[in-house]
Amino acid sequence: MLYAIETEGITKKFDEITAVNNVSISVKPGELFGLLGPNGAGKTTLINMLSTMIEPTGGSAKVWDFDVKKDAPHVRQNIGMVFQDTTLDDRLTGRENLDLHGRLYDMDSKHRKKRIEEVLSLVELTDRANAIVKTYSGGMTRRLEIARGLMHHPHVLFLDEPTLGLDPQTRNHIWEYIKVLNKEEGVTIVLTTHYMEEADHLCHRIAIIDHGEIVALDTPEALKNMLGGDVITLELENPDNISRLCEIYKENGCASIVSRKNNDVFITVRDGERQIPHVLELASDAGIPIRSVSLHKPTLDDVFLHFTGRAIRDKEAGETERVGYILRARRK
Amino acid sequence: MVRKAANTVYTMWLREMLRFWRSKSRIVGSLATPFFFLVFLGPGFSSSYRLPTGQPLDNSFLAPGLIGMAILFSSLMGGVSIIWDKEFGFLKEILIAPVSRFYVALGKAVGGVTTSIIQGILILIIAWLIGIKYHSLPGVVASMGIMFILGIGFIGLGIALASKIESHEGFQMVMSFLTMPLVLLSGAFFPITNLPGWLKLLVYANPLTYGVEAIRWCLLGNSTIPIITSLAGITLFAFFMMLLGGKLFDSMEI
Repeated sequence: MLYAIETEGITKKFDEITAVNNVSISVKPGELFGLLGPNGAGKTTLINMLSTMIEPTGGSAKVWDFDVKKDAPHVRQNIGMVFQDTTLDDRLTGRENLDLHGRLYDMDSKHRKKRIEEVLSLVELTDRANAIVKTYSGGMTRRLEIARGLMHHPHVLFLDEPTLGLDPQTRNHIWEYIKVLNKEEGVTIVLTTHYMEEADHLCHRIAIIDHGEIVALDTPEALKNMLGGDVITLELENPDNISRLCEIYKENGCASIVSRKNNDVFITVRDGERQIPHVLELASDAGIPIRSVSLHKPTLDDVFLHFTGRAIRDKEAGETERVGYILRARRK
Repeated sequence: MVRKAANTVYTMWLREMLRFWRSKSRIVGSLATPFFFLVFLGPGFSSSYRLPTGQPLDNSFLAPGLIGMAILFSSLMGGVSIIWDKEFGFLKEILIAPVSRFYVALGKAVGGVTTSIIQGILILIIAWLIGIKYHSLPGVVASMGIMFILGIGFIGLGIALASKIESHEGFQMVMSFLTMPLVLLSGAFFPITNLPGWLKLLVYANPLTYGVEAIRWCLLGNSTIPIITSLAGITLFAFFMMLLGGKLFDSMEI
């Protein structure tokens, strides 16, 4: 088997709207793969199709070599799923939730008991395992859900917005768990997120999805490199020197793109931090005083802007996020 | 295959039991109504009303009706609790598991019916402590079988409703418009021998009537409707409701 997940032109149409349009992706075994896009881009619809929760209206997809349409039971046995909203039974304890899950996935008693301890210690919930889930904090609930998703040794784990509505500190914790389980359990992970930092920090490869279509797909580094490199911004003491300085940089061929605005010169280069001394040297050789220097490394925000023509933040419906947060809070 | 189905049913049953055990205070609460009926309504009725046979209408007449009522309430609730599972998300956890939906529904039903029977038995014991004489021990055991069949029927109905109702607001309305008429038209509180024609029609169309009559026959040794008719009535009801519930649950979208 070459790929953990392979889709070919997978499509989902709801009445009028095409939520996912002709998406073809391949995810390698052991990969941590991210689907990045604004709310409503079709991320959840896509993983719902891959996890057999909904049927595609077109195209095909294989998960761990099983067809999602024809062989849903096998797909289900091989995947773990952590939904956006909690799906735990909050009247039961953490341990009971895991135990019921193990039973649903047909694990025998001995195996179940051993695995419960393993996944609990993985997400550091051993101490609270016998407490009723209702008493858990948002972060603990999330961790328990991740533990449950791993319970039956799935080959592929889907995480739908794993840190939505969590505070930054908890978010960092969850990130660490995700990294650890990808490495130690060797499980292939597909996560959706609209947080740039999350995708950048965690994923080996990222598919940027917008309006149901993949607009770019590569490693975070490669995606950022597509923009041409880092941007060094120089602020001059005397604006009169701007044109001359731009000429100097162009002649020296040290930058691919040089542009200007007001008192500032923008130089796009690779390895910006290493280029700064050279850039300053050229300016000082020419006797042009510099007031300040700053370096901007491209972020996925810039990448998203580049491919879609707008910032992801513009579309980030604070509404949906807040509702999710309120729902979670209400359940506590 | 059979083992896997049994495993699914057992898992769902186990969950219901765990939840039931956690809600001990609710069980006590659910016993309060029948308890007050037996303690206050029974003596009040017996001093005012006579059965057509000439005996006073007392606790021994009311007890089977109260058991039937308890089974109706808890079974219907058990089935309808799928709405809560839907709202609180747990249903997704079940539906994404590699198990058959039909056996999930069946496990839910068996779990719900177990809690119903436990409540029925508790009322049996309370009534006995208050001084009701049961006809025979085999009769008491048989009454539990009736509770089982009746419970399955109403759980099937509950699951069917839950699969169609979107929110728990809608559910509240269905519950008030369903449970009260079912109880009041069941002969739980009055003998069904000399009813006016229109009322008789409604009472005989009510599945709970046959349940109450069958329980009455088991516990007290006599009933207005022959036991064979009652038994056939509730068995058919249970069969069709479970079929309907299973079918609607299977096609339910979340």
